[in-house]
Amino acid sequence: MQQIAYRKKNITYNNLAGYLFILPWLAGFFFYTILPMLMSLYYSLTQYNILSPAIWVGLKNYINIFTNDPRFWKSLQVTFKYVIFAVPLRLIFALFLAILLAQKRLFVNVYRGLFYIPSLIGGSVAVAVMWKQLFGVEGALNSILISLGILDKGFGWLTHPKTALWTLILLAVWQFGSPMLIFLAGLKQIPISLYESASIDGANWWQSFIKITIPMLTPVIFFNLIMQIIHNFMMFTQAYIITGGGPFDETLLYILYIYKRGFTYYQMGYACALAWILLTIVGVITFIVFRTSHYWVYYEAKE
Amino acid sequence: MNLWKKLRLDSLIYHMVVLSLGFLSFYPVLWLIASSLKPSDEIFQKAYSLIPSSIHFENYLQGWRGFGGVTFGTFFKNSLFIASLSTIGQLIACSLAGFGFARLKFVGKNIWFAIMIITLLLPGQVLLIPRYLLFNKLGWIDTYRPLILPHFFAEAFFTFLMVQFIRGIPKELDEAAKIDGCSPWGIFYYVILPNLKPPLTTAAIFSFYWTWNNFMDPLLYIQTVSKYPVSLALQLFSDPSSVTNWGAMFSMAVLSLVPAFIIFIAFQRYLVEGISATGLRG
Repeated sequence: MQQIAYRKKNITYNNLAGYLFILPWLAGFFFYTILPMLMSLYYSLTQYNILSPAIWVGLKNYINIFTNDPRFWKSLQVTFKYVIFAVPLRLIFALFLAILLAQKRLFVNVYRGLFYIPSLIGGSVAVAVMWKQLFGVEGALNSILISLGILDKGFGWLTHPKTALWTLILLAVWQFGSPMLIFLAGLKQIPISLYESASIDGANWWQSFIKITIPMLTPVIFFNLIMQIIHNFMMFTQAYIITGGGPFDETLLYILYIYKRGFTYYQMGYACALAWILLTIVGVITFIVFRTSHYWVYYEAKE
Repeated sequence: MNLWKKLRLDSLIYHMVVLSLGFLSFYPVLWLIASSLKPSDEIFQKAYSLIPSSIHFENYLQGWRGFGGVTFGTFFKNSLFIASLSTIGQLIACSLAGFGFARLKFVGKNIWFAIMIITLLLPGQVLLIPRYLLFNKLGWIDTYRPLILPHFFAEAFFTFLMVQFIRGIPKELDEAAKIDGCSPWGIFYYVILPNLKPPLTTAAIFSFYWTWNNFMDPLLYIQTVSKYPVSLALQLFSDPSSVTNWGAMFSMAVLSLVPAFIIFIAFQRYLVEGISATGLRG
């Protein structure tokens, strides 16, 4: 009897201790994630400009977004284009450099550090304001092209509808440093014996790359892909500073559009509805990538 | 002899390829630094040049003056204040939660852990509007509270980093302490915490740097110029209503990157390990 009571007391004590320790996460989860999500869901069904009370409008915001908002479709198109080019290009660059820097050579550690720096500072406002000048009409890019005789006068890379988004994509690709480090860690895990037996069998560099390196790296590629897709859908700072969404909404990335609806037009309900649509889209894409993973991601333990 | 020659040629090509790629990718950074040292009228003449005709530090003096009587000294102080407090909060929060998840047994632990992993994939940006409305209701607009207090909630990334590391600490240590009569708090404080230096350093670096860089939250919450952090203040240089002094802007941009370079030089190993071990977005 006494022992059972003791054990019961012990279990409650353990539960209490456990919940107290995870409280810093649990409280954040409820107050900083779940509560805002519920609020967002509620406000997305209202018309709300902060100053006057929210008016219930049902699904009207969602209906308006889909049927009566060309800027929504534009920003969706721009964001997809951005993600479709920025993510694969960044990952290809990251993989290419990781393979180059995985070799045992002199200075290789220094090189790794150097290639990581753009990624370290790339998200900062400092780099954004610099990028704006680099690609400005009087900027360094034009000055190089003019001195090489390719252009005879400065070109507005940031103001031309065809090139503006590409300057942002280029900035994203430039920050290949962190996926590169993750690839490097992945490359280290591949047993050398695999390459040795392949070379005994007469495989050349390309064959071992396709048949060993890529398959063994697929878990890391998968991880990088998921993180980069989510991260790039959320791009805001650079677009806000460098192009401000222009010219003609050609760089109106989705989060920037949410921001404008919320804080330029004070349509908080509408902005919340936009956010839920984005979350759904990113969720569906993540889900699809997860579902396709067993076709192309190689897990050793499965054998 | 032939092999030696071939090896050296091979290595020469390798270093040339890597160095030229490195130069290409490093060019914008060098250009930023060079432009900050050029006299104003030289920045956009022969803009590509990386070597100023003469080194000028006036840009730094002019830039430091800031806007409307608020110097960059204030902006740096503000950034330092926000980033330091946020980092301290995050370290306390994530080490506690990490210990709870890694070592304690309680009802529902696995479910909460799974939920935490899922929230790793939930981008905070989609919650920008409701979080703003929440802080607005609390009357916290134009204070540092919305920028600092959320960091006292354990972030999933850092908690996960702690959990991974704590799982690697031998459990025998806990058990010995338990036999000696240690409570869970005692085990955390005397056994686990002294061993947590590496992941705490990694978390501190990233937390500090991310808060230092954060632009969106100050943009939403801070209105008074004298409360601006550096990230927001830099944006003032391209305010269309003022005549932009590019040299001053470049010089302050360079200064704003100094913490990043210090972290990079002093903690490179932690930085690299943090990214490769957890895939933290750097």
